[in-house]
Amino acid sequence: METAIKIKNLSVTLDGSFRALKDISVDLPVGQAIGFIGPSGAGKTTLIRSIVGRQRLTAGSIEIFGLPAGSVQLRNQMSYMTQGLSVYPDLTVKENLKYFATMMGQPKKQIKAIVDEVLESVDMTDKADALVSNLSGGQKQRVSLSVALIGSPKLMVLDEPTIGLDPVLRDSLWKLFNKLTAKGTTLLVSSHSMDEAERCDDLVLIRDGRLIAHNTPDELKNITGTKTIEESFLSLVGDEE
Amino acid sequence: MSVTKTFATSRRVLRQLSHDPRTVAMLFIVPPVLLTIMKYVFDGVPKVFDGIAPMLLGTFPMVMMFLITSIGTLRERTSGTLDRLMTMPISKLDFMLGYAIAFSLLGFLQALVSSFVMIHFLGVDVAGGELATIVGAVSAAFLGTALGLFTSAFARSEFQAVQFMPAFIFPQLLICGLFIARDQMAQPLQWLANVMPLTYSVDALQQITHHSSWTSDLTRDLIVVVAVGIGVLILGSVTIRRQE
Repeated sequence: METAIKIKNLSVTLDGSFRALKDISVDLPVGQAIGFIGPSGAGKTTLIRSIVGRQRLTAGSIEIFGLPAGSVQLRNQMSYMTQGLSVYPDLTVKENLKYFATMMGQPKKQIKAIVDEVLESVDMTDKADALVSNLSGGQKQRVSLSVALIGSPKLMVLDEPTIGLDPVLRDSLWKLFNKLTAKGTTLLVSSHSMDEAERCDDLVLIRDGRLIAHNTPDELKNITGTKTIEESFLSLVGDEE
Repeated sequence: MSVTKTFATSRRVLRQLSHDPRTVAMLFIVPPVLLTIMKYVFDGVPKVFDGIAPMLLGTFPMVMMFLITSIGTLRERTSGTLDRLMTMPISKLDFMLGYAIAFSLLGFLQALVSSFVMIHFLGVDVAGGELATIVGAVSAAFLGTALGLFTSAFARSEFQAVQFMPAFIFPQLLICGLFIARDQMAQPLQWLANVMPLTYSVDALQQITHHSSWTSDLTRDLIVVVAVGIGVLILGSVTIRRQE
């Protein structure tokens, strides 16, 4: 299988003393929904920030499509949705999207079409002219996600994209994610919720800054002889301790 | 660097403000109101007011743009928008210059209103004329924005960002010659004043107040203010880091 992301002996120490990531090595495949799963504080966001090039690595290396993380050439091939809102609350939905599309280097003539298209994907067309600050939490989340869709990047890195969404909405977003991976997009999705993990094609389980498993959901359940990812996780953690 | 992305950032910053009419109103109303109050504070000594009013016009945009920029950039940092932008195909200067242009433009409009009120309603006589006054004020706005972008990188919270105002700007205000002519201050303070950018903003407006023609001191002042502004912007693009 083609490798999208190659992580080798990655360690990150934050604020000079906190070891957020400890010697992580993993190869992640192209065109799949890859879940970074682990409890809050496990190091998911630090791992994600390292991949998008926002975090200085203490040791080890990350290669994305053969280029070191943070390379200039990668910047128009990937998108990043942070755990925070990462859109401007005092702009309308459309104004946000137009701005980010311009910053992504999209040609001026195509911006309107791109904005319409990504709004459609997250089902927010009717809120195009609403101020983001007036939207509900779930709607804001979808606006933020729509920004990550601009320019159809090869890699989308989404930090907790479905947190706090109702089940119906979450289901519709996963349908969108599946559509994207079917077109060859590599999706990196972090979540602390184990039932989210069931929907991923490939799982990276993290705890306490360490990689505890990397496998498909079915294989994980097979190996551990459990019925759910939550049980697999507990069983793997139990083995370690 | 891209002109399109720089201007898109300026437009975006101004559009954010346009959704916040109260902030815009305060930007334009507060300086003239303060000037008017000052006029009546110096009711008994109108000559003093005539001397300091133009200098105040140079300090308002600096202080206000410094504050709005610091808070604006800090918000970009905490909301995640800066994270997002820093992973996009942009240059950090697109971001910094975008801010600088937006707030200099705002400083220009603010100076337009304030200088009009000062000259036509408060009867202050500026030998150098309205245009020169505005040029002086805009350069101060640019400097304030640049300083705000630079210092906000060191602020971890809004509380800290707001405190940078008294920490960085107040000392400059005290020794820039606004309260008393600089040559009357203790020698060490004069030396200090000579290396503080606000001193040159205020001196520029003093030159404009007293000279009807363009002086070489005025040229020097404006060059210093703009050069320090550009220098600080470049420093700022180092302190705003892509990789943390």
